[in-house]
Amino acid sequence: MRWSSARGADHDGKPGVTVKIYIPGDAASLSVGAEEVERAMAREIAVRKLDATIVRNGSRGLFWLEPLVEVETPKGRVAYGPVEAEDVPGLLDAGMLDGKGHRLSLGLTEQIPFLKRQTRLTFARCGVTDPLSLDDYRAHGGWRGLERALALAPQAIVEEVVASGLRGRGGAGFPTGIKWRTVLGAVSEQKYIVCNADEGDSGTYADRMLMEGDPFVLIEGMAIAGIAVGATKGFIYVRSEYPHAFRTLGRAIRIARLNGWLGARVAGSGKAFDLEVRLGAGAYICGEETSLLESLEGKRGQIRPKPPLPALKGLFGQPTVVNNVLSLATVPIILDKGATFYRDFGMGRSRGTLPIQLAGNIKQGGLVEVAFGLTLRQAIEEFGGGTASGRPIRAVQVGGPLGAYFPQELLDTPLDYEAFAAQRGLLGHGGVVVFDDTVDLAHQARFAMEFCAIESCGKCTPCRIGSTRGVETIDRIVAGTERAKNLAVLEDLCDLMLDASLCALGGLTPYPVLSALKHFPEDFHKPAPRLAPAAE
Amino acid sequence: MTQRVAQRPWSEADAAEIIAGHKDLPGAMLPMLHALQEAFGYIDGAAIPLVAEALNVSKAEVHGVIGFYHDFRTALPGRHVLKLCRAEACQSMGCDALVAHVERGLRVKLGETTEDGAVTLEAVYCLGNCALSPAAMLDGKLYGRVSPAKADALVERARSRP
Repeated sequence: MRWSSARGADHDGKPGVTVKIYIPGDAASLSVGAEEVERAMAREIAVRKLDATIVRNGSRGLFWLEPLVEVETPKGRVAYGPVEAEDVPGLLDAGMLDGKGHRLSLGLTEQIPFLKRQTRLTFARCGVTDPLSLDDYRAHGGWRGLERALALAPQAIVEEVVASGLRGRGGAGFPTGIKWRTVLGAVSEQKYIVCNADEGDSGTYADRMLMEGDPFVLIEGMAIAGIAVGATKGFIYVRSEYPHAFRTLGRAIRIARLNGWLGARVAGSGKAFDLEVRLGAGAYICGEETSLLESLEGKRGQIRPKPPLPALKGLFGQPTVVNNVLSLATVPIILDKGATFYRDFGMGRSRGTLPIQLAGNIKQGGLVEVAFGLTLRQAIEEFGGGTASGRPIRAVQVGGPLGAYFPQELLDTPLDYEAFAAQRGLLGHGGVVVFDDTVDLAHQARFAMEFCAIESCGKCTPCRIGSTRGVETIDRIVAGTERAKNLAVLEDLCDLMLDASLCALGGLTPYPVLSALKHFPEDFHKPAPRLAPAAE
Repeated sequence: MTQRVAQRPWSEADAAEIIAGHKDLPGAMLPMLHALQEAFGYIDGAAIPLVAEALNVSKAEVHGVIGFYHDFRTALPGRHVLKLCRAEACQSMGCDALVAHVERGLRVKLGETTEDGAVTLEAVYCLGNCALSPAAMLDGKLYGRVSPAKADALVERARSRP
């Protein structure tokens, strides 16, 4: 027992178990000082000769409380946050190692209302375990899905996923199991599993959190997919804006391979499956599955017309499953607990849970995994606590840069694929970006077109040219040049892009623009700024 | 991935070695270009024929790939690269004002490098830190809740480092 003399006596005095202190190693936590907190904690542990050890966990996803430090106590884990390096000596003085009170104390982590009201299935381990510890992974239910899959026939695995109702979490919401069925049915020497980790939508970070906080669950999901459809090789395509996730996945794959979870004999079975992680190079369009495949093949990330479907002719021309990180990471729990367990959550045709990401101007930003059906307002108000600025909410963009801007009147829309589609919006990858009443929707509509122009792959004309014409037209409207005429041109342009673009980038960019026009028309009719007229 | 840049000066022999080490990967082009950029800080024009030959594609194809992706550079950037997120979540927390502030302080526009070669300022569209907006990335490291003062401090610290 090596408690500090200052506080050793008040601990029960028996030679104890080393106390575990959790300090997240997630990129977002690090971005607000988790590394400095860890260093300060390590220093204090050494100086005070404390019998304590630091575990670098993932993030719990309560970002307004990061860096969130936890201590394991007999009653459960106790949280403190947001902790700064300077707070560390005071926390230890106050008895943090026994979970005692402090100005930053949040009580038992699991009892924090934001977390308590969630149903964490895909994110069950994220923030709880050491992301690179196989012992932790196993102790928290890891590999059980893969082990069950190895005992099943490929068709039975696929049908389990079909029956679960799992739909692609990347945005399109296509049933995952149906995609797998197509690949299983395709005849080929070589098939591939490709994980789309090009999480480019603003307002989304769930993939990043999971890859950094529980990478083995993605590996397990991909291995199950490989065994189900007969693919022996997988690639994870990670965007280059996520260097930390890329490094974590690389390490996790090596650990999994060294321990027999990947390779020629997965988990001692006769089945082979191995994985490689690849880095994107800064291109939003590579989140579109066919662009991603082109990029993986070493080409410009230009989209491919469909058909042929990637399921039949995908990577290097072979049958390929392309799934989002969250879709693949949800497969292990479906195999472990059964399709019915998962399907029993949710509403309508949206089954299971949705990891919602609260972002932007929000007081309590973070990850909310709940069954489909929570309303947007509940998410923002009950979980998010309103805006960070304290001003009224004016607009909410759901589903990334291609998602519609919803006004107050639509906030009671349930978070469900069909309910959002009915309002000409999209749920996408579950990102919710809140704006207060200082937002100018004409400016946001212009940005949607500008972003499309920057990121267009150039393959089809409506997207490549239409987006630039869109920016120019909105500029004219804002400048007060022939407003009625230009508004008609803009609507016409949006219709054309919707109908004639090859993929979702050009095809959905009109969503934010049209929603801004429809719900916030006053922003397009403000008095023109008194500036020199723009060059025509 | 934009880590610290300009690790070593361009060398054809080193480039040839890097290319040889990557050419047998399936879909080798991106990993190869990333490796070249990581080694030299940018992709030298002289590397293009080497890459083309190793992968049995035309030089135009290599040019096309380099030009398509925002990450690949054909000239050495400043000693430090500061990326400011300009996507919607960061907009909702005032990133446009932050960009203007940093541009004024550094006396450059997005996409440019300061006169002393210390900092290249770039826009980025989402760093996945949207609950802690505005976000920035300096030499590959992520920062959140970046106020103008915090941005100034980041720039100051970077400038004082080689």
